[in-house]
Amino acid sequence: MDFELSSEQSMLKDSVDRLIAQRYTQEARERFKAEAPGWSRDNWQQFADLGLLGLGFDEALGGFGGSMTDTMIVAEAFGGGMVVEPWLGSVVLAGGILRHADFGGREEAVAALAEGSRILALAHEEEGARYLLSRVSAKADKAGSGYVVNGRKINVIAGDSADTLFVTARTGGGVQDEDGISIFAVPKGHPGVTVEPYRSIDGARYAAVTLKGVELPAAALVGAAGEGFPILEKAVGDAIVALCGEAVGLMEAMLKTVVEYLKTRNQFGGPLGRFQALQHRSAEMYVMTEQARSMAIYAAAMASEPDDRERRRAMSFAKVQIGKSLHFVGQYAVQMSGGIGVTEEYIIGQHFKRSTAMERQFGDTDHHLSLIDLLDRRG
Amino acid sequence: MDLSYTPAELVFREEVRAFIRDNLPESIRAKAGLSAYYDGSDVRTWHKLLDAKGWAASHWPMEYGGPGWSAVQRYIFMEEILQAPAPEPLSFNINMVGPVVYTFGSPEQKERFLPKIRSLDYWFCQGFSEPGAGSDLAALRTSAVREGDDYVINGQKIWTSTAHDADWMFCLVRTDPSAKKQEGISFVLIDMKTPGVTVRPIITIDGEHHTNEVFLDNVRVPVVNRVGEENKGWDYAKFLLGNERTGIARVGLSKGRLQRARRLAELSEVLDGKLSEDPFFRRRCIELEIELKALEVTALRIIDRQRKRNDGKPDPASSILKLRGAETQQFSAELVAEVAGPLGLAFTHGSKAPWQDLAEDDLTAVLGAVPNYFLSRAATIYGGASEVQKNIISKAILGF
Repeated sequence: MDFELSSEQSMLKDSVDRLIAQRYTQEARERFKAEAPGWSRDNWQQFADLGLLGLGFDEALGGFGGSMTDTMIVAEAFGGGMVVEPWLGSVVLAGGILRHADFGGREEAVAALAEGSRILALAHEEEGARYLLSRVSAKADKAGSGYVVNGRKINVIAGDSADTLFVTARTGGGVQDEDGISIFAVPKGHPGVTVEPYRSIDGARYAAVTLKGVELPAAALVGAAGEGFPILEKAVGDAIVALCGEAVGLMEAMLKTVVEYLKTRNQFGGPLGRFQALQHRSAEMYVMTEQARSMAIYAAAMASEPDDRERRRAMSFAKVQIGKSLHFVGQYAVQMSGGIGVTEEYIIGQHFKRSTAMERQFGDTDHHLSLIDLLDRRG
Repeated sequence: MDLSYTPAELVFREEVRAFIRDNLPESIRAKAGLSAYYDGSDVRTWHKLLDAKGWAASHWPMEYGGPGWSAVQRYIFMEEILQAPAPEPLSFNINMVGPVVYTFGSPEQKERFLPKIRSLDYWFCQGFSEPGAGSDLAALRTSAVREGDDYVINGQKIWTSTAHDADWMFCLVRTDPSAKKQEGISFVLIDMKTPGVTVRPIITIDGEHHTNEVFLDNVRVPVVNRVGEENKGWDYAKFLLGNERTGIARVGLSKGRLQRARRLAELSEVLDGKLSEDPFFRRRCIELEIELKALEVTALRIIDRQRKRNDGKPDPASSILKLRGAETQQFSAELVAEVAGPLGLAFTHGSKAPWQDLAEDDLTAVLGAVPNYFLSRAATIYGGASEVQKNIISKAILGF
């Protein structure tokens, strides 16, 4: 048992922390959001230069190696800066499809992702699915040697800038079955694909992707037909680990901001921080942040657990703790900031939007509690 | 970073588990922690068995009879003890007075006291709190006035748990009434048989006798029984309270209760089936399990950090463990009490219940559940109340 970062991990953490401190002021973040894709290509290249876009991919595949703990370390720094680039969506989530599926052209795809020349996106969520991962109503019908895909996907992170979309569609099974889900690689601008971008509540760029009679060759299939769910589920597991890391970074930033504010804001003839009610609330925020950190570490360690049920259970355990911690820390960060906490201008408001989105991404607290129960009942 | 236990640690866990299984006397096992309370002779019997194995003083240096375990081994040991459940090695002796004596005591004190502290031949209780000194411990007023080679001690201690079983008391007394309140305190060891020591029971809310008042009326204590320097007792008390805090979350105890709650729920019928199938009940169990996992990882993180820093100073982050550990102990006790349902309303106080449907083990758990819940409310009060833990975090970590 060892909780200390290795020297390589410490160096990684230092370099990413430095990058965020230098580039990610609140003003700069607004500028990045205003750029054409909704984020900064220049930052993306910086990430590529630091090796962050090939992190978590085997060197044999053309990646830079690294464990999910390394991914968590990067995520923590990104969470503190509320990075708007689609690193989580493109490298961890959509990249997770590359990590966990075996198909032709994988090395080339990893190399292109790692050098920053290709943006990936996962087009999976649908309007009626809520958080149920296996709910896919998009259909892929066999046509000759290939497929014709119809359906509509939402909340596709970086969907409008993606060079490749990984689209889930059903080649068999009922609408909620885990069996029968297939994953297809769809290139940018492919006929029949309409991409409508929109902004998410926390300032990221999402898109709705509509597929109408989209003709795809058999080679577009990622992994075996009808066996996409385990790949998808593992990719989402990786994304949960990264999200946990981001959440810890975000909560640290909120706590730091609030504590500084309480020490400098004068009311009733002195700093607010001298009141025990506010000190105790801050202490509770600290405790919730540390409990979340423990579960982020746990999730990163369990991401490679070979027993599927144990691994899925662990990811849900982590997401529940993270969700509860984000809820508590986010709401009290606003409360203790007073009036400015509910303004668009102050950083805490931006933090709160991000924490609210994170509570929901990849399933909220209620969803994961139900999922754990389901896994327990299945035994 | 690596969260897994090493193969050697897993073997160690099995060794501890097997020792408890093979050596814990049946009469003590039957009391099963949850419901019946261990009496003094249970604690003494089991402590002596552990000491004979060399396991009573798990974090003491080997020269004083410690087993030379790593921090992770100590954590595993405590978890197995609590989950069994078996009585813990007496904390007053092992975690509190022992380390003070081997760190600050004279060579004569170490020789005289340490073996008997370790073996529980001298059962110690803690004379800290007073009617006017609870969370504000430094306000204590019990006075010790020097007369020749003795101190003459007068005052009153309260919440003195196990004083009725104890042979000795480690005690904070005021030796300099004119100094600032933290600076005039000394740390003395008092033989409970000394004339002038009177123990009066306090019955707690569960109807049991765990704790006491202790009156000290012209009690003569030899000056050689003072540990360390005169008027430096506050430093030793702080050392004592900060020592070996990582087991304080008592995760194993709550885990054991959760198992018990789930088992009892399988025996309980609700409107449309068993309680164990009720979604709300299942959800509460899962939430507790998640909380316990987070606490466990936090405890292991703090252990790891202390091991690497290796300066013996308490880590203020261990306040998380006391705070959340006490809350989960309460939550788990409450869960069992709720599962017990109406059967838990009978207060049998150790006598037989008038119904026979449950197996004896389950019946004891059911009958003890509500008293146990009552007593669990003390967990956020003793050993530094939750509010005190929040003060520590605010000041030592957040810098208020």
